[in-house]
Amino acid sequence: MTDLGTGTIYTETVVYSPPEAYVNDVPYQLAIVELAGGRRVTGRVSGERAQIGDRVQFFEFRNNVPFFKKQS
Amino acid sequence: MRPVAVAGIGKTAFGAFPDRDLRSLAVEAGLKALENGHVSASQVEAFYLGNFAGPSFTGQNHLAPYISAAMGIHGVPATRFEAACASSGSAFFHAVSAVAAGLYDMVLVAGVEKMTSQPTPKVTEILAGAGDLCGEVRAGATFPALFAMIARRHMHQYGTTREQLAAVAVKNHQNGAKNPLAHMRKVITMEQALAGKPIAEPLTVYDCSLISDGAAAVLIMPLERARDFTDQPVRVLGIAQTSDNVALDEKDDITTFRAVKTSAGKAYRMAGVQAGDIQFAEVHDCFTIAEIIAIEDLGFVAKGEGGPYSLAGGTCLHGERPVNASGGLKSKGHPVGATGVGQICDVVEQIRGQAGERQVKRNTLGLAQNLGGSGATSVITILGAA
Repeated sequence: MTDLGTGTIYTETVVYSPPEAYVNDVPYQLAIVELAGGRRVTGRVSGERAQIGDRVQFFEFRNNVPFFKKQS
Repeated sequence: MRPVAVAGIGKTAFGAFPDRDLRSLAVEAGLKALENGHVSASQVEAFYLGNFAGPSFTGQNHLAPYISAAMGIHGVPATRFEAACASSGSAFFHAVSAVAAGLYDMVLVAGVEKMTSQPTPKVTEILAGAGDLCGEVRAGATFPALFAMIARRHMHQYGTTREQLAAVAVKNHQNGAKNPLAHMRKVITMEQALAGKPIAEPLTVYDCSLISDGAAAVLIMPLERARDFTDQPVRVLGIAQTSDNVALDEKDDITTFRAVKTSAGKAYRMAGVQAGDIQFAEVHDCFTIAEIIAIEDLGFVAKGEGGPYSLAGGTCLHGERPVNASGGLKSKGHPVGATGVGQICDVVEQIRGQAGERQVKRNTLGLAQNLGGSGATSVITILGAA
């Protein structure tokens, strides 16, 4: 899998009412991240909560889902 | 193209009905619409059904003939249309197109959904099937989550507030409390709406429409034929369906629904009217933010003004331009596949002057906006007194 590098939070939410597959994950932060070049992907943000405009760093794919962390 | 009119309407109550199955709901609405239009089942020349996920919710497939045969409609085309929450809006669009083109003179269009037989996480998962399963949904997006991300961005770009979102819910519950067929006939306060249980930030349970069972149906005919069956035919002045990307992350600007703008533009042109001429509307408030964006995309207010206009009461029952006098999806309920045709029924009732306590004053030109998914399908219908 490719390294998605860094990106900016375009929008985000924290989900409390999950689909059946993710009942054990809640609450979790979901975000649309704008990558270098402008492409957007939907993924998860782990750890510290990120807001619109925050810079985030890709760190891994889990089941083809990109996970990001807020850059300090 | 021949002018087309609605000659009969029929609705079930919307709600949670553990003792009712999908077919019985659709049959009830369909037979009511035929009775309302003084037509017998044997006169129906085609049956169009809107249903989003009957096979997933109930296991039953091949739904259109399953339902039409139970109404006594035989030997004619019976077809199901699926376009997420715009399923029956889409069925109506295609039925109107066929009657306008001269293919049929008498068509029954129904919408139905039976949702409450499944627990909420399962319903959430089935509904998420209207999103992109290979991207956003796999990452954990639910429909509340997608509209929460839309709301966040709208708040960021236009300064829309939680109070403005809550004002939509308070208003729609006020209207729905007056609707005998509504799912949740209860008035809520601004304080309650703001303090609701979080579903997907910034949306609380009071920002979300309801999980409901229900059905709605309309009988359509060429306008001239409809005059033989009813003193109050309601004419379809303009109608359009358009599409856009399914995945939210593929849309350039998520604070607007491109398909709503394009379909509204086409419908306005067909009807020969402008946004400012529309006197009242039923819009697709699957979430409070969706109503705010709808009134912007329909051109009722400038972009970014949907929130302030809603909080100021412009869309209230006796406001400048009543929106969702029925209670909307928020209070009336949202049996997904029934919603589009249900909206048509509600606009027709207003134009006929039959909306009781919910009656709007200026009632000769109304609009229905039915949205599928996070904006991948939009159907706009403009109806007027004939």
